[in-house]
Amino acid sequence: MANVRIEGVGKQYAGHKVLSDLSLELNDGECFTLLGPSGCGKTVLLRLIAGFEAPDSGSISIGGEVVASAATGQNLPPDKRGLGMVFQDYAVWPHMSVFDNVAYPLKLARTESGSLRERTLQAIELVGLAGLDARLPSQLSGGQQQRVALARALVSKPRLLLLDEPLNNLDANLREEMRFEIKALQRTLGITILYVTHDQEIALGISDRIAVMDQDGALRQIGAPEEVYERPSDDFVFSFLGIANFLPVRREGEALYIGESAARWVGQLPDKTGGKHTAGFRPSDVILAREGDGLPGVIRRASFLGAQVDYLIDIAGTLVRAALPSHECLARNLLFVEGDHCRISLAGVQWFAGDVVAAGNV
Amino acid sequence: MGHRAALRFGTPELLFSLSVALLVIVVAVPMLLIFFNAFWVDGHFNVADVIKVLQHPETYKALLNSLILSVGVTITGTIVGTFFAWLVTRTDLPFKKTMKLLFLVPFMLPAFIGALAWKMLLSPRAGYINRFFMDVLGFDGPVFNIYSYAGIILVETMYLFPFVFIQVSGALERMDPTLEESARISGADLFTITRKITIPLVMPSILSGALLIMLYSMAHFGTVAVLGVETGIYNIPTLIYEKIHQSAGSFASIRTATVLATVLVITAALILWLQNRILSKGRYQIIAGKSFRPAELKLRGLRIPLLVLCIAYIGFTIVLPTATIFMVGGLKTYGLQFTAENMTWVNYKHILFEWDLTRDAIWNSISLGLSAALITMFAGVIISYVIVKMRVRGKGILEFLGMLPFSVPGSVIALGVILAWSGKFGINLYNTVWIILIAYIARYMAFSLKANSAALEQVHDSLVEAARASGATMAQALRDIVVPLVRPGMVAAFFLIFLPALRELTVSVLLYGPTTRTIGVAIYTLNEDGETVYSAALAGIALIIIVLGEVLIKRLVSGKNSA
Repeated sequence: MANVRIEGVGKQYAGHKVLSDLSLELNDGECFTLLGPSGCGKTVLLRLIAGFEAPDSGSISIGGEVVASAATGQNLPPDKRGLGMVFQDYAVWPHMSVFDNVAYPLKLARTESGSLRERTLQAIELVGLAGLDARLPSQLSGGQQQRVALARALVSKPRLLLLDEPLNNLDANLREEMRFEIKALQRTLGITILYVTHDQEIALGISDRIAVMDQDGALRQIGAPEEVYERPSDDFVFSFLGIANFLPVRREGEALYIGESAARWVGQLPDKTGGKHTAGFRPSDVILAREGDGLPGVIRRASFLGAQVDYLIDIAGTLVRAALPSHECLARNLLFVEGDHCRISLAGVQWFAGDVVAAGNV
Repeated sequence: MGHRAALRFGTPELLFSLSVALLVIVVAVPMLLIFFNAFWVDGHFNVADVIKVLQHPETYKALLNSLILSVGVTITGTIVGTFFAWLVTRTDLPFKKTMKLLFLVPFMLPAFIGALAWKMLLSPRAGYINRFFMDVLGFDGPVFNIYSYAGIILVETMYLFPFVFIQVSGALERMDPTLEESARISGADLFTITRKITIPLVMPSILSGALLIMLYSMAHFGTVAVLGVETGIYNIPTLIYEKIHQSAGSFASIRTATVLATVLVITAALILWLQNRILSKGRYQIIAGKSFRPAELKLRGLRIPLLVLCIAYIGFTIVLPTATIFMVGGLKTYGLQFTAENMTWVNYKHILFEWDLTRDAIWNSISLGLSAALITMFAGVIISYVIVKMRVRGKGILEFLGMLPFSVPGSVIALGVILAWSGKFGINLYNTVWIILIAYIARYMAFSLKANSAALEQVHDSLVEAARASGATMAQALRDIVVPLVRPGMVAAFFLIFLPALRELTVSVLLYGPTTRTIGVAIYTLNEDGETVYSAALAGIALIIIVLGEVLIKRLVSGKNSA
């Protein structure tokens, strides 16, 4: 258990800046997720914390102890940092049995053999692999190998657990199951977890706090899952956390119009002054009606997906997506077909300054 | 890392420097000395002299012979190899699996021992077959003279055709049968399909195998030395041997040898480049992936005659020469009839337990093979590790230097080693066993690099990082994770070196001294000295050792796979 403090860290490869002047603090015992698109430098940050890379500038400390500092040239090797790590490709050693894989960290720590056996079997049981300890990795499924990697990372009770997209190679069901299990384990063991992923669903489901990183390795927002989801600091964070609709809105005098059209904007007003705004909303925020108030729209595509109906709607030249529960569509006669006219109101709108779509931010 | 890494001299840099130093000393210096000696005369660069050497009737003839022989062997070997490959993969020939294995046996047998056997059978006056025709059937002259271009080409074909056989049978097995089936549905008959679809698709494999035969035949010493030299047929390697060995190392003969070696290197490089190009062609991609079950041609009435042909071929090329070696090895005197009272075990006993020359040779070959295999295996692991796993600048040099000997014929390596280690640079290893060891290391390094790199590629970086994160130091991670995972590659490298080194002739024949004969050299020189019976007996023992070794490696490898 430890807090992690990253101060002004920079890292470049062959002249290309991956991270610059990045500061971040993880609290003791929290599950912290670093969320960002692939290639944004989040794995680099993880590897800096693990000690596989050394920072070009800044310092990193774990549990109050400086493990890497560019100023002093200090760089504690990974084996001395007392952490557990799970890799994207599991990295389960193919020549060792499940037991030997999991026991390896304890063996290196010269644990006395009785307690080594006990703790190893405990860790194997913890991840739900009891009875499979004699198997070789080649006899296990991908999900089981992932659990071996997890048990191996947990067995020596590390103060910090680093997870590098560990669920990426699993199928959807298994991914969901493992996600819950990691969360449950973290609650039981009370360790600090740093989880790196580009999957917003996992990030929202597992974290106490999320840091959203952009393409250039800069942190856009740090906060609790509902905070970053409901109150995104900017359009990048908003679009990264789910399917996002953006509707450009212009101000002329007192009136607001959609895009370049003559259609009036109806609904919640932007809290800022200025000529150009963008309304951001999720497909689930869209409320449809056959007629009445609201923005006028034309259904361009209708897909029935079982639990919900997915519509592509043209609002004054801008295409937006809407998702409605099927039962609601049936109950309220909202099963549209292509070409139908409809009225749109929005349950929640995030206002962003300027024309986000035209600026190419999305 | 950045600027600090460039200045730091840590473990990666140390390993890198050691690897480069080893390869420069063992590989680069000898090669450069050959070119230097060939082109540098009286203190300046001289091409005119090189051309003069090439125009000398003796060298010119050797170049021409190398060309005639290798082209001849390539043509016959390709026809034989392709035909048998098609027969065992695409027809309903009986016992196809067994036949396929039998056709690979010639690969195990050293060609020069085969040449020895054929000399005993078909030399114009003393050959047993020729004598049978003359003495028993009353022929006027020999039915076939093995001391001829045709003789040499036939013998080399017997031992080199598997190059094409392996490539083509592999391609035919992996070829997607739907390619042929769709042609069939389009209305083509089997003949048209074979001509228009099958042959064009396997052509790259045929050509690539053919070029391997050419490469090997061009650089081949043994068969020509046994069958050609008697009647003045020299190719490049045998002339290099002649120049170095018989002319007591005069400057002119060394120069001729280096010029010949240069020609050989350039030709070999050209052949390999061509092969690479053919293999990397897009067309070859069609033959890839899993094995399918291709349509089989019904041989009908030809089934049994073709089986008989295969059996006859195997009997004629494998059983007959091998039996001849063992029988002649058991004769009291060469030339006697094979009757019970003429046979004896004394020869075998003599060479195994009494005669120092042969006992030395066996001991030398085994100890040289073992040490070369061990040294090259370990050096190969380290060098491959630097090439595959480490971020060090300039590791392309390592790759180039390590794979270079792959394209350099054995006689060239031996010549380079002579130039480098005969006292010119303060160290004289000539006539010692060490010079042979150095040459073997240079010759077989590429094998080790290939096997070890392949094994190391499988060891993903994250496996080592996972160990580091578990608390292992770099040394512990290497010991517990990397070494166990590359061990199969190391074992493979060991045998890939040990077995060929055991039967090696081309390199050691240029380097041996009075007490440093290898098995190959001993067999060859005994034969030259007219000790045919002992030569045959030693060849028989060599065959037993080789076959035992091959069986052992097969056991080991298949045991590993099933575990």
